[in-house]
Amino acid sequence: MMVEFVMLVMGVALFFYTVLGGADFGAGIIEMLTGERSIRTISKAIAPVWEANHVWLILVLVVIFNGFPKVFSTMSIMLHIPLLLVLVGMIFRGTAFTFRHYDVIEDSSHRYYHFCFRASSLLTPFFLGMTLGAVILGRISPDLNAGFYAVFIAPWLNAFCIGMGLFTTLLFSYVSAVFLIGEVETEEGRQIMITYSKRSLIALMLLGALIMALAEWSGLALFQQFLAQPISLATIILATLLIPLIFRTIEKRQINTMRVLVGGQVAVIFIGWAAVQFPDFIRFNDGTALTIYNTAAGAATFRQLVIALTVGVLIILPAFFYLFKVFKQKV
Amino acid sequence: MDVLTAARMQMAFSLGWHIIFACIGMAMPFFMAYTEWKWLKTGEQVYLDLTKAWSKGVAIFFAVGAVSGTVLAFELGLLWPGFMEHAGDIIGMPFSWEGSAFFMEAIALGIFLYGWNRVNKWMHWVSGLVVGISGVLSGIFVVAANGWMNSPSGFDYVNGEFTNIDPVAAMFNDAWFTQALHMTFAAFCATGFAVAGVHAILLLKDKDNLFHRKATQVALLFGAIAALAMPITGDIAAKDVAKRQPAKLAAMEALYHTERPASLIIGGIPNDERQEVDYALRIPYALSFLAHGDFNAEVIGLDQIPDDEEPPVLITHLAFQIMIGCGGLMLLIALAFFWFSSSAKRRPILLRNWWLKLIGLATPLGFIALEAGWTVTEVGRQPWIIYEVMRTKDAVTPVPGIQYSFIMILAIYTLLTLVLIFLMRRQIKTVSLLYASANKEGKVVKDKATLEAALKE
Ligand code: HDD
Ligand code: HEM
Ligand code: HEM
Repeated sequence: MMVEFVMLVMGVALFFYTVLGGADFGAGIIEMLTGERSIRTISKAIAPVWEANHVWLILVLVVIFNGFPKVFSTMSIMLHIPLLLVLVGMIFRGTAFTFRHYDVIEDSSHRYYHFCFRASSLLTPFFLGMTLGAVILGRISPDLNAGFYAVFIAPWLNAFCIGMGLFTTLLFSYVSAVFLIGEVETEEGRQIMITYSKRSLIALMLLGALIMALAEWSGLALFQQFLAQPISLATIILATLLIPLIFRTIEKRQINTMRVLVGGQVAVIFIGWAAVQFPDFIRFNDGTALTIYNTAAGAATFRQLVIALTVGVLIILPAFFYLFKVFKQKV
Repeated sequence: MDVLTAARMQMAFSLGWHIIFACIGMAMPFFMAYTEWKWLKTGEQVYLDLTKAWSKGVAIFFAVGAVSGTVLAFELGLLWPGFMEHAGDIIGMPFSWEGSAFFMEAIALGIFLYGWNRVNKWMHWVSGLVVGISGVLSGIFVVAANGWMNSPSGFDYVNGEFTNIDPVAAMFNDAWFTQALHMTFAAFCATGFAVAGVHAILLLKDKDNLFHRKATQVALLFGAIAALAMPITGDIAAKDVAKRQPAKLAAMEALYHTERPASLIIGGIPNDERQEVDYALRIPYALSFLAHGDFNAEVIGLDQIPDDEEPPVLITHLAFQIMIGCGGLMLLIALAFFWFSSSAKRRPILLRNWWLKLIGLATPLGFIALEAGWTVTEVGRQPWIIYEVMRTKDAVTPVPGIQYSFIMILAIYTLLTLVLIFLMRRQIKTVSLLYASANKEGKVVKDKATLEAALKE
């Protein structure tokens, strides 16, 4: 039971990271696509919350290395390179954003920060998605002596993982565009976000189908796995049914409904994936896997983890909502 | 450079960089809580200006702290998977509590930085205080994890297997309290002296500047109080080390031969080959007393430590001397500060050129001591990553080419350091325009052309 509870909290944290952190990352991507016009909106919208959003990732990390240390060490070895790339992206993104936001005035020196912020906003989710892809695909070699390429490169540098990278990047920018519809101050800006939301949603659908095909091509029967399980099947149907609904709310500009629906859609995709992946953490190319059961730390550790997470949830969630509430009211 | 060396260098470098921002993140919120409280009580503009000016700089440091901390969390796995695989579940507890503290900190920080017009004044003040409290708590938690590496507890180690894990006992290991105590004061000491030093240098150019006067005063007050605590808490730490890690103590003191009574070796250059310390000053009996509280106690030397369990003596000894040296200088400055402040007749000395120059020169002392202290702790633990349980070389990643990631991290951090210096200079150059209490006319100038001109100077 404790293991499942911890997994649930981790899932929720990952979900929040996708929605809230994702909106942050996506903002950088959108800024790249739309240029100077959106800088102000974006800075204003994410500055007060980005640090808190970022902590969701820390939480996921801590839960993994505390509750499932073997998973943490295996990922750190086998996916060293993409994780390092993610890390470099995060360094540049976080610092560039803050540097330009808190600088005394805007002048020509800012173009370097703009560049770093946008480029890393684009690349970080891409590598994050690739890492996730490698975890799903199951090409990771349990044998470290199989050669540098086979062990450290092949598991993540392949068509499926690139597809996953693109999917994650697009998903983040989609979440962000929807969020920004309600934040931009000019009609022109709003129009841009609306168009972007719709286009990226359609692109996401297509990319999703492509990923299924790529998985098939790479020898992973992902689509069948989705169909085989009632939960994941239901989530696919639900996520698709939400599309016209979301289009309608975007048309009608119902900001809050739209945000909830998109959040729901992301959650549904998440649940579907989790159902397919469960209970595996990392799949190896010899058919074995690290699962949440064969890697879970002992009961004493989990008891502490559950206590820390429960206390954390009880204190942090209200504080988090307070933060958002404070910044929702117009002054 | 082999993978092990590269990994150690990368870890040392990343930690040494993070700790600077972490300390600022722990101490500055309390400096600001003090000034904001003064403002709420007295309504004096200068206190509000100080709070706001500091918070702008601190916001940048906070973000760099968050980023470099994230780097560390990843690096624990990227560089030391062998360590994390076994230690993760044992010392995960302080890290998971640290996670909660980060959340509180980040949320409160959002309100503190952006909530000036959105929440009521006292709520704003409280949020600043919460930032500081959760910062200190997260520091204590992570130091508890480090304490466990120095003094592992909360498990049985049988045939290479870790069993009977008790995370609570692991967190409250024998080293956590002394280390956390010394570390927390160190954060205030280092930040206080650094901030005071910067403002003192600015004050030299403009003696009447109320803003820099108050800034120097507040920061030095915090720094000086902490500086008094450093030798006391450091002595507690040293007695602790003597008990639990005799090899580290011997390396710190460059004590090659076991002595009873043992003399304290000050300075000098340890020579491993001849097993002697050249050019050192020796104080008979002193080490016995400092380490064990008894002038005739035996102090174990490196001759009693197996050769393959000896830490590097030269680095550990020099680093220890540097920490003590800087600590001693700051202690003298702190005593002088309290002496000068204690009577109205002497107080003008605090504005004399020589005094301001002295404070200016002392700017880096605290951070030098801090980095040196961590070098003592970490290098003095070698060759162990978990003392007497796991060797550092057995914990390192099997991934080849860590040399490249080390060079990359080194390059990125160097670049970021330069940008940070650039940004701080810009903030400093515009202070006298942006804050009424920082110029003679009591004006606030915010138009872009004037600011741009000021930056060009
Ligand atoms: C402002 C910084 C600063 C100053 C002035 C001092 N220290 Fe320190 N010291 C630290 C900052 C520090 C530190 C960086 O915070 C360390 C590293 C690990 C730790 O817990 O604290 C440390 C570690 C450390 C250790 C090793 C603890 C261990 O390995 O568990 C000892 C024995 C001392 N200190 C002793 C002293 C003494 C006797 C001082 C007298 C002046 C002193 N320190 C001043
Ligand atoms: C922020 C202050 C710290 C600094 C400046 C610091 C400094 C260092 C240095 C210099 C080394 C290299 C030692 C050597 O290989 O000779 C090192 C290694 C290491 N430190 Fe620390 N340390 C700090 C805090 C911590 C904390 C809080 C932890 C753990 C929770 C930690 C974990 C490690 C690990 C895992 C290694 C690598 C293994 C080893 O060399 O023993 N450090 N650190
Ligand atoms: C292995 C060692 C360490 C790890 C893994 C680590 C991890 C982290 C992480 C992930 C963050 C960012 C949290 C956020 O997103 O806001 C952070 C920030 C922080 N860390 Fe570390 N840290 C380490 C060492 C230390 C040490 C030795 C101290 C102090 C004694 C410390 C004190 C802090 C503080 C106060 C912050 C908040 C800083 C700020 O927001 O400016 N950390 N750390």
